[in-house]
Amino acid sequence: MSITDTAPVPATRDERGRPVRKRKEGANVWLSLLAWVVGILFVLPVLWMVLTSFHSEEDAATNPPAVFAPLTLDGYREFFSGGASPWPPLLNSLTASVVSTILVLLLCFPAAYALSIKPVRKWTDVLFFFLSTKMLPVVAGLLPLYLFAQQTGLLDNIWLLIVFYTSMNLPIAVWMMRSFLSEVPVEMLEAASVDGATLSRTLRSVIAPVVMPGIAATALICFIFSWNELLFARVLTATVAETAPVFLTGFVTSQGLFLAQLCAAAFVVSLPVLVAGFAAQDKLVQGLSLGSVK
Amino acid sequence: MTSVAEQTTAQPETRPQPSARERSLRWARRAPLMPALIFMIVVTQLPFLATLVISFMDWNAYYPEEVGFAGVDNFKRVFTDVNMRDAVLTTIWLTAGVVLISLILGLGIALLLDRKFRGRGVVRTLMIAPFLVVPVAAALLWKHALYNPEYGLFNGAITWVWGLFGSDNPPQPDWISNMPLWAVIFALVWQWTPFMMLILLAGLQGRPLDVVEAARIDGANGWQIFRSMTLPHLRQYLELGALLGSIYIVQNFDAVFTITSGGLGTANLPYTIYQIFYQAHDYGRASAAAVIVVLGTIIIATFALRTVSSLFKQEAGR
Repeated sequence: MSITDTAPVPATRDERGRPVRKRKEGANVWLSLLAWVVGILFVLPVLWMVLTSFHSEEDAATNPPAVFAPLTLDGYREFFSGGASPWPPLLNSLTASVVSTILVLLLCFPAAYALSIKPVRKWTDVLFFFLSTKMLPVVAGLLPLYLFAQQTGLLDNIWLLIVFYTSMNLPIAVWMMRSFLSEVPVEMLEAASVDGATLSRTLRSVIAPVVMPGIAATALICFIFSWNELLFARVLTATVAETAPVFLTGFVTSQGLFLAQLCAAAFVVSLPVLVAGFAAQDKLVQGLSLGSVK
Repeated sequence: MTSVAEQTTAQPETRPQPSARERSLRWARRAPLMPALIFMIVVTQLPFLATLVISFMDWNAYYPEEVGFAGVDNFKRVFTDVNMRDAVLTTIWLTAGVVLISLILGLGIALLLDRKFRGRGVVRTLMIAPFLVVPVAAALLWKHALYNPEYGLFNGAITWVWGLFGSDNPPQPDWISNMPLWAVIFALVWQWTPFMMLILLAGLQGRPLDVVEAARIDGANGWQIFRSMTLPHLRQYLELGALLGSIYIVQNFDAVFTITSGGLGTANLPYTIYQIFYQAHDYGRASAAAVIVVLGTIIIATFALRTVSSLFKQEAGR
């Protein structure tokens, strides 16, 4: 849009004789203002959630909204100690996300190596096999996994979720890591092999340092997707292995005055993702585009 | 990457029997790949085979004595089921709506942010926030804190604005009941626009600016530059955004489950299958539906993969 507003009629010329666009200044201010307005509009629901979470239930349910109502921690108190404790679900989510992310990294790193640095034959086919599993609707594998879990007594067991989350994120991770590994300069690898370094040593001391940012991006994306997952967690867990998103579904139906508590809950559950995502904004882009945007 | 291409294309047409040494070398190459590959086959392909088998069975958990072979009955029931047909249409509308609207909004915002102005980094950070709210939490937020007809922010804002003009009977629409599918679409657009914006902004910033400058000096106006230079350059990023967005939104369960609980004509395929399986416990029918969805996905994915594949060739040829 910046380009659309450059007037073709040059008003004056600068010292090098290029046209200076006077109108641009004025248009630019408006476009900057528009960018700010759009940014604030998009973040407004999040700010509203945070503000409401610090209001009392009575002030949260007013119409028109009581923006300047006194702040209180009642919503959080109610969320943490009102009914069922949210700590076990939060810890379950943390376990499932962290362990599955570690598993994904352990599996994807050597696989990406075999798909980029020392590629197997038909490596493109393998790569597309991984991506195609991402296109299969997860709901198609839900029933057999549920029946399997029922037969083996793994229902409501966090390990089943960990295995599933690993398979959910592995294709993305393989694509991302492959894209990062293919940037490792070949000379460095050759030097290592001349020095007689073993595979694991090459991986650890030549490749890993170069692709550390890539590993961070992959880990961030895997963590976020596992933390957010609802469908499988809802079907495969009950009271013991329940995750935070499943806990949140308790708020789907209205229960009288509960908006402040709901906002507190939504904010607490989203907080790890918000913190991780803001801290690693550029990694987020790399990860979401499967490593194709750097 | 060129060495890779040579290695893959330089395979001789008729290969003599590989020697034992050659074979072991090949396996040494494959070894690092194997754990991931086997894991994926076991966890994603085996369950699907099971789904395929169950789809030909008469199996409802409420009638455990009547388990048996059903032939194609389940498929007949799925194809003649009005709910399933509605679910297919809903899925298409939902996915197309969210992907298109968030792509267009994302493009506009990316263009706004592709300029230098005070606080650009801050605005970009603010824009990412919606994407970082856990989907269930976001859906709950929209359902209760924004859409609610009595105390939601939308109607609250309407009351406030009307109050400024001295009116005391502002319109208070029940957003979710009046436009259930749009209610779900808007909540998802809010979450996915930042995603599209990030990808497109990265694309814009990789644009060769000297060419644009040259075109401008040659007298091309803004719209001409946008249409014949910026847009073609962004094409692959637009395709990437649309493809990745579709993969995730086709499978959306959280928003439909939370905002409308699949009611009012918003039940998409994942939600409908979840219902047949989790509430009706009709395993045979749920599996048949899943098999049909997978077949449909394969057809669409073949085209989608071709897109990725062309992107990929560009990258490999670089």
